[in-house]
Parts: sequence; C-alpha cells; structure tokens
Amino acid sequence: MKEFVQLIREIDAQTSSNKRIQAVVNYFAKASDEDKIWCIALFTAKRPKRALKSSLLRQWAAEISGIPDWLFEESYHIVGDLAETMALVLPEQKEKELEGGLDTWIRELSNLKSKSEEEQQEFITQTWLNASAAERFVFNKLLTGGWRIGMAKKNLIKALAIYSGQEENAVAHRLMGNWDPFSTSYFDLMQSNLDENLSRPYPFYLAYALENELEDLGRPQEWQVEWKWDGIRGQLVKRGGECFVWTRGEELVSEKYPELQALGALLPDGTVLDGEIVVHDGNEVLPFSLLQTRIARKVLSKKLLQEAPVKFIAYDLLEEDGKDLRPSALEKRRIQLEKIHAEISNEALLLSEKIILESWEDYALLRENSRSFRAEGFMLKRKNSAYRDGRKKGDWWKWKLDPLTIDAVLLYAMRGHGRRANLFTDYTFAVWDDDQLVPFAKAYSGLSDEEFKEVDRFVKKNTKDKFGPVRSVVPELVFEIAFEGIAESSRHKSGIALRFPRMSRWRKDKPVQEANTLQDLRNLLNIYRQDKA
Amino acid sequence: MALIDFTSDGLYCAQAGVYIDPWKPVQKAVITHAHADHARPGMKTYLAQHLSIPVMKHRLGSNIKVQGLHYGETINLNGVNLSMHPSGHIPGAAQVRLEYKGEVWVVSGDYKLENDGISTPFESIKCHHFITESTFGLPVFDWPSQEQVVSEMKQWCHRLHEEKKAAIIYAYSLGKAQRILHALKDIENPIYCHAAVERSNELLAPFVELPERKEVSATLKKSDYQGALILATPGSIGAAWTKKIGAHETAMASGWMRMRGTRRRNNVDKGFVLSDHADWKALNTAVKESGAEKVYVTHGYTSIYSRYLQTQGIDAHVVSTEYGNEEEAKDVEASNTKQV
Repeated sequence: MKEFVQLIREIDAQTSSNKRIQAVVNYFAKASDEDKIWCIALFTAKRPKRALKSSLLRQWAAEISGIPDWLFEESYHIVGDLAETMALVLPEQKEKELEGGLDTWIRELSNLKSKSEEEQQEFITQTWLNASAAERFVFNKLLTGGWRIGMAKKNLIKALAIYSGQEENAVAHRLMGNWDPFSTSYFDLMQSNLDENLSRPYPFYLAYALENELEDLGRPQEWQVEWKWDGIRGQLVKRGGECFVWTRGEELVSEKYPELQALGALLPDGTVLDGEIVVHDGNEVLPFSLLQTRIARKVLSKKLLQEAPVKFIAYDLLEEDGKDLRPSALEKRRIQLEKIHAEISNEALLLSEKIILESWEDYALLRENSRSFRAEGFMLKRKNSAYRDGRKKGDWWKWKLDPLTIDAVLLYAMRGHGRRANLFTDYTFAVWDDDQLVPFAKAYSGLSDEEFKEVDRFVKKNTKDKFGPVRSVVPELVFEIAFEGIAESSRHKSGIALRFPRMSRWRKDKPVQEANTLQDLRNLLNIYRQDKA
Repeated sequence: MALIDFTSDGLYCAQAGVYIDPWKPVQKAVITHAHADHARPGMKTYLAQHLSIPVMKHRLGSNIKVQGLHYGETINLNGVNLSMHPSGHIPGAAQVRLEYKGEVWVVSGDYKLENDGISTPFESIKCHHFITESTFGLPVFDWPSQEQVVSEMKQWCHRLHEEKKAAIIYAYSLGKAQRILHALKDIENPIYCHAAVERSNELLAPFVELPERKEVSATLKKSDYQGALILATPGSIGAAWTKKIGAHETAMASGWMRMRGTRRRNNVDKGFVLSDHADWKALNTAVKESGAEKVYVTHGYTSIYSRYLQTQGIDAHVVSTEYGNEEEAKDVEASNTKQV
C-alpha cells in the first residue's frame, strides 16, 4: 500500500489541481495493473460497497482506543470524517508498514463480508495496530468509502489520459458503464476495443448555466430550444438484443423501469438515446416527488406502476446502427431521432419538443411560465453542435427559471464535514405558524466562507440546547431560502418538502418576526396545485 | 463560601479582593499571561509574572499600574497566600495558586506540559480545586513531540531552500512564532518576519534567544525571498504581500492542523501540528497530577471534557468564561482578523 498511501498524502498536501494530476500520473507509472484499476475505481463512481457496518467500526475504534462510545461520537461530529476520526483516536504506535498492494487489501476487505463479527474485529484491529498513521487513514477510507480529498473524476480522467497517451474523451468513454474493478483488467478497460462492452453508455454532455446576455448568443434560429425537465437524465442503450438504462450518475437502472424495457425491445440494435426519465400520465409531466417513489422502491407493485408511470423524453440520438453520431451536428441527429420516434410509436417514448419562437423576448416570456409545464426553464443547444463529453461551455446552456424563495429563521445547527469540520454550517430553518416556529427545510450551501464563520460564531454564542450533535439556537437570524420546487409531504412536520433548498441571502435587514409563515408556504404549494389543474 | 466565585466579571476571590483574568474592568486583576483574552485593558491595577509585563505594557498601555511576581514567590492578600507557577504556555505564562485556611485552588490559565524551549516548563501544583482550559479537550488531539515537528519543519525549509522558493509559516505572533524561530535558529534559510510577528519578537527578545532576521517590507525584492523562511500571522493568509514575493509554499503551525478539515479550509500546503495548549493526554495528566477533588472546565470543548472527567470519577463542572478568543483557542480560521 506504500505507493497508494504516498499518492493520497501528495494529493492531500497539494492545493494545485495540476500537481494533484501529476501525482496520479506518477502513481500510474509505478503501480501494478491490478492496483491501477482500483485507483481508477476509487476516484470514480466504482468504489466497492462497504464491507463492514460503520457502527461496528466505531465501536471497535472506541474500544481499542480506550474511550467511551459517546466520546468517539462527539469526536466524529467535530472532525467531520469517520475514517479520519478513527485514525486520530487510535493508540500511538511505532512506524510500521502494511505489506501488500491496494488490490490485495481491497480483496481482503471484501472477503471479510462472509466472516463472523469476531473475525472481522480481529482483522480490523490487528491491521490498525500494524499500520502507520498515514496508512490507518487510507485503510479507513477503504473501509468507509467517500474520499473527499480533492480528486475529481475529471482530474482522474486527465491523469489517465496523460499516462495512457489517449485522448481525454476516449478515456472518459472507457470509464463509463458497468466495468467491475474486481474482474475487469487494466488492459480490458484501457486497451481493449471500445465496442466490446455492449452496455457501455457514452459520457453525458452537461451544460453550464447561461452566463451571457441572450443577444450574445446570436439569432434564436441558430439554437434548438427545449424544455429543461426535472427528472433523471439517462441513456437508453440498445445493443446485442438487450436494453440498458443508465442514469447520469452511471447507475444501471434497467430493472427499475419495465416501461423502458418494453420500449427498448422495439428499438433497433445499435441505438443509444439521451433523454430524461420522468413520471408522465400521458398528458403531462408529473412532479418529481412521484419519481422519487419509483427511485426508492425495490419491489414495483402494480399500484405503483399505475400511480407513477415512467416515460422517456428523448433529447438526442448518440448512436444509430452501431455508429457513433456524436461528432455530427445536432440538427442532423435530431432528424434521425424524429424518424426513430415515429417508427417506434410507443407511448413510453416521447420526443423532446422543439420550442420555436421568433425572438429571445418571446422565449423569455414563455420561460416565466415554465413551472406550469413542470419544467425548470429552457435548454439552449446550438443546432450545429456536436455531442461533447462532460461539462463544456459554449454550445449548450441551461437557462433556468429563477428559484422560488422564502425568508426563514435559523433554528438548529450542526457541524459540517470536510473543509467545514468543526464549523457549524448545516442548518435547519423554520417559518412562523402563529407564534410557533415550525422547521421545514435543511440547507448547507449558499453562504460565503466569511458568512459561515460569522454564523458559526453566532451558534457558539447563542446555543440554547444541545441534542447530541445538534444545537438549538436563539431564533434571531433570517435567511432567504431558494428552492426549485415544493410538494406536500407526510414525512415532514411542516407537511411540505422543498426541492434543492439552499441559502440565497442572509437577510440581516430582516427582524425575526418578519420571516415568512407556514401559510405563505402553503400558498406557494397551492399555486402549484392550480397549475396542475 | 467558595474561595473563588465564577462571576459575570470573571473569576473572583472575595477574600483576597482580586479577580483572575477578568473580562470586565475591576479594581485588582491577577493576570495569568499576556494574550489578549486573558490580559484585558481597563483594570485599576494588575498583578502579573515579571516576563508578562513588557507585553502587557505594549498592548494595554505603558501607564498601566502593574506589580510583578516571580515564579514561586508568594504574597499574602488578606490572609490568602497567592503565588504564581509556570504553566508552559508562553514565556511568562503562570498558573495562579491561592491558599486560604488550608484550602488550595489553582487557576491554570492556558497551559501545556511539553517543554517548548522558550517558556519555563509547566509545574504541577497539588490542589483541592483545579480550573483547567479545554481548548483541545478531545481524544483526537494527540500532539507529536516538538522534536518530531521541528525536524519536519527543518526538512521542509531545507527542500524549499534548495528549490530557491520562499517558505511561509503562519503562526500566532506571541509565543508560537518565537518558539518556531528559536527551534529553527540554525537553519540555512535567511529569515524574515512580518510586522506583527516582529513586534512580538522585540518584546520577547530579552528572554528568548532568537536568530538573525529581517522584517518583511515593500522595499525588498522577490530575489531576497528566494530560499528564505518567512514567519507571518494567520491573518496574512491570502494577503496582498504574499502574492508579491515570488515562488513560495505555505504552512501553518497550530494544534488545529491535526484535523484535515481545518488545514484544508485555510488553504495552506502543509500543516505542522504544533500547539501551545495541552493535548488530550496532557489535559488528563495535568488534572490527575493536581490531585484535585473538584475540577472546573473553562474555554474549549467544555461540556465534552467535563462529562469525560465525570466518567473518570472526578467531580467536574463546566464554567463559562470569555476566554478562548486568543488566536489559537479560536478555530484558526476565525482568527484571520488583522492584528495590531
């Protein structure tokens, strides 16, 4: 593990991403192929599942460190990282080193799953005692997953491109799909023929939020304008007689959506569609909260399939007759897509509507009504654009509606994780219901570092009560909470659930009595209901 | 009645008529050490360890009325025997011992047990009532030895010297910076100190052996800093002058560097775990060796640490104070305020 531990140390100690990338390149040059594949897996979405329950790990770490469980938990809330907390509390020891490479260790950990709890504890505590401080941290990260060390997938792809001498987009494509670090070799992944893997999707082309003036985009006629839907971005891959459904998060969800399987059966072999998975009743897109019921459920009851029928709104055609269409112009791909849509004629396949208006002003006006269509705004795609990979500026933009906002009172605070360890940055907000404050949303983002520091100081000085890691504070601070959608919820005390809540502004100008009310939230909810009717 | 009361103005000994490190103006203040959260302005008279007096005069005004005590020297105040004993925190830092009718209280202020090379090392005092800080009162805070940290610092400075880059170490101006300068006095890198650090250097120079150094100034050229070591306060992180000194790497020296999160949010290349406060083990050692029946926990992770002491069979209580605004006791980031 020596080289990998060294790599983690280097990445962790670097503030420049170029130097981090270089550190990974250097690692690839030294590491065995077996270890390389794991390094790639760990920094992409291919991490192996946790082999052990984190509650057991915590217990064992506390036990071997001679501290009570509650003290370990308190420490964890302050350090904000479980792997690090365990590494920090373990008893001191002379510098030793773990034998064996990354591959060996990950396989050993995976084998633990079938062992008894005693054997697991024995293995873990012995490893802790035989490891150096830096190794303990890395080993614990292997145990707990989630690295948070500033090695984004994008940068890993860059490093792998430099090391392998391949183009970045080719590397990105190779890393897509269902390769498995336990069985896929480095050669299979990086040097085999790209077509060999039937289920492999293409890297998604992602858009940035529009930052220019509309006039700078040129004439609207140069753009294909579509609704931006709030569903799950996905690809339908039909190859070798099979249909694979991939989400943008590279999850293979074919089993979850039988509707799309039925649709896939009709698609010709060698077809890949990019689009949005939505719940749709045949007339209109239904709220995202309904789609959530489909995402969460393992067993699909008849009732659920009836209540939340899924359809695929096709945006783009990436592959036809097994040929990669991505380099060709969007308008050409669109013609082929429309053909396929017409030929298939299946109720689960919808075509993303092209919205054709005269001027940007007209678009701006219609955009204001996006919510009544259950859309989040528009997507703008240059008609002659190729389908690129990852987030690239210039050809595609998302032009979203301004979020909804509500002024709310800070009620509870918890410490954050990662860079925000030991700072109170995770908040629960409330609105007024008569003279009571009713919590309705949690938010963690949207403030500047300076503002977070200031709120942190406020929380420390104005704590009313402590419930484990949670502090209730004197209700005094008011924040504007922005969100993308609102729905009824029986799981929340307020009866309301928000989509993507975050802090958009600190309302220092607003006295706490003037924050919004639960009735205000209900009114917003009703506006939505009316839209639906 | 207890010998010390925890009042809204500070720790008060009515029998002796003194407050210890009060945060509101009072007649007579006993000062444990010269950091701003313990030595505040506006007191009619001060009593402090001799080494603290120059810093106090610089910070609180040259006209303050202050009486000096040596370590171990006892004075009698209305029947209370008051003496000062080294706390090892910074030069001049003291624990205050009060004895009245056989009952002994110790106010330890801020302290650490390790010998830092510049402060008189901590001395354990037996007492019935012990008042302890808890800045780093969590088991995750376990300091490496100073020897180990200094050797890492030397390697880091040596590498940057070879690469002809500047090495900036951010450290608290009073105490920590001189501790580092003293420990690195033989390195090959030319040494520069930023203004706030240099003011503290001048104040402590009579008691601490410090290496040759120059002050960072606008008239110096980039080439002057190549291969040099620069000491600055955390308030300088991201400051304009750091962008004009050419190629450099940054480090911070603080107990908070033990946590990756605090290191990363300060955006420094390297964190040296070097603190002037006691770590978890040292706190427990100090409490145990005091032999105290009752322990009062001030500034830091007060509720966690006192709960832990209770599980160890010690009668521990949280005492709320206004200490802990000193540079290191705050989470480092909160200290990015400009210093005078």
